[in-house]
Amino acid sequence: MKTNDKTKMETDMKTNSTRHSRRFAWLPVALILLALAPAAQAHIIAGEAGGFKSGFHHPWSGLDHICAMVAVGLWGAQLGGRAMWLLPVVFPMVMSFGGFLGLIGVPLPGQEIGIALSALLLGTMVCLEVRPKRLIWPAILVGVFGFYHGHAHGVELPPGQSGLLYSIGFVIATGTLHLCGITIGLLHRWSAGRLTIRLAGGAILACGVYFLWAALQPETKETAPEKAKASAVEPANFWRNV
Amino acid sequence: MFERIFKRAILTACLAVLFFPARADAHLVTTGLGPVYDGIGHFFLSPGDALAALALALLAGMRGTAAGRRALFVLPVAWLAGGLAGLGTTGWTSLPEDIAGAVSFLLLGILVATDIALPAAVVAGLAAALGIAHGFFNGMGMHEAGAGTGVLQLVGVAVTLFVLVALAAALGVAAKPMWARIAVRVAGSWIGASGVLWTGWVLHGLK
Repeated sequence: MKTNDKTKMETDMKTNSTRHSRRFAWLPVALILLALAPAAQAHIIAGEAGGFKSGFHHPWSGLDHICAMVAVGLWGAQLGGRAMWLLPVVFPMVMSFGGFLGLIGVPLPGQEIGIALSALLLGTMVCLEVRPKRLIWPAILVGVFGFYHGHAHGVELPPGQSGLLYSIGFVIATGTLHLCGITIGLLHRWSAGRLTIRLAGGAILACGVYFLWAALQPETKETAPEKAKASAVEPANFWRNV
Repeated sequence: MFERIFKRAILTACLAVLFFPARADAHLVTTGLGPVYDGIGHFFLSPGDALAALALALLAGMRGTAAGRRALFVLPVAWLAGGLAGLGTTGWTSLPEDIAGAVSFLLLGILVATDIALPAAVVAGLAAALGIAHGFFNGMGMHEAGAGTGVLQLVGVAVTLFVLVALAAALGVAAKPMWARIAVRVAGSWIGASGVLWTGWVLHGLK
């Protein structure tokens, strides 16, 4: 009796398993079809999809920007507590103000040097795990550099895009980069993780030194709008700012 | 037995229906989905209106249930009233609408990010101002489009707004743990930052 029960149970299980695999047989086909999906051209209001896309793409288009924004997240995670969310809030707010001034045409001298210094100094802070006594000092430092980054983005904007969607994409991308930094910074709770974060800070510092060296080279060819046009149109120029 | 026959009958009927297809009018830009549905779809196609309403709902929710309830009723009614006023107005241009949108993003985003303790009456006042301004420009735009079904579209907008505010304000009220409140405040700061940049775009376009 017991053997019969066992056999019956095994048969049931096999039947269920077959039924289960049949039920989900369509899934790989659906996934393959999804992977082959072409771009949908329907319902795009002229310029709008491009606006969000180019806004989201812009902060990722230069290693100097990526280094600084990830460093903000890393430093915030190292400092912990309120700093973890305060610094990534300050940076986009002040950065957008810098972008605003860039958009209305207010010039900012030493823009490239400021951006290079942001990677250099923020990388140093992470590498040395500097902990100022008052939170206002990191906020000011991050804010100043956010201003430089925002201004650079403001003067490099591509023409003919939807301002609102561009802005939303731009801010979301910036916040995402900070979140990447914070997520990496969560390793801070382990001793090996602390070392890894400091090494990452060292790498950002090294990049900052290179950016500063590049920024101090005499300007040769393109003007800012030409640069923006080139980077917006040609994918090959994605890492051009390195 | 009966069940199997019934299922086959249904299947046969469905297949028979497939042999008599009518023309599908869906997705036609010219006819739309009908005025009420066009209004319902408005917030899915207009991030400027949707995010402003979302920021206000989050602000109201963060200020407690009383503020949330007031916003829930004041915002759709004000939006509808503003829209009706806009339907009777001509001369729509995008510039004032963009300025109103940018200012509302900036103001509401900063209020959410800073988590300032506003009284419920002030939140209701902000909801009324936002609803009248955005609704007015919506109404003007509908009048300009010349569809002649603006009232029904506005009804669709107001109904969707009610649902949107109810959900987002409830989210704001429920944001009691510290991490949830921080997440809402960060979202507010992003909306505020988008508002600053949008203002720059508007001024950039004036040059």
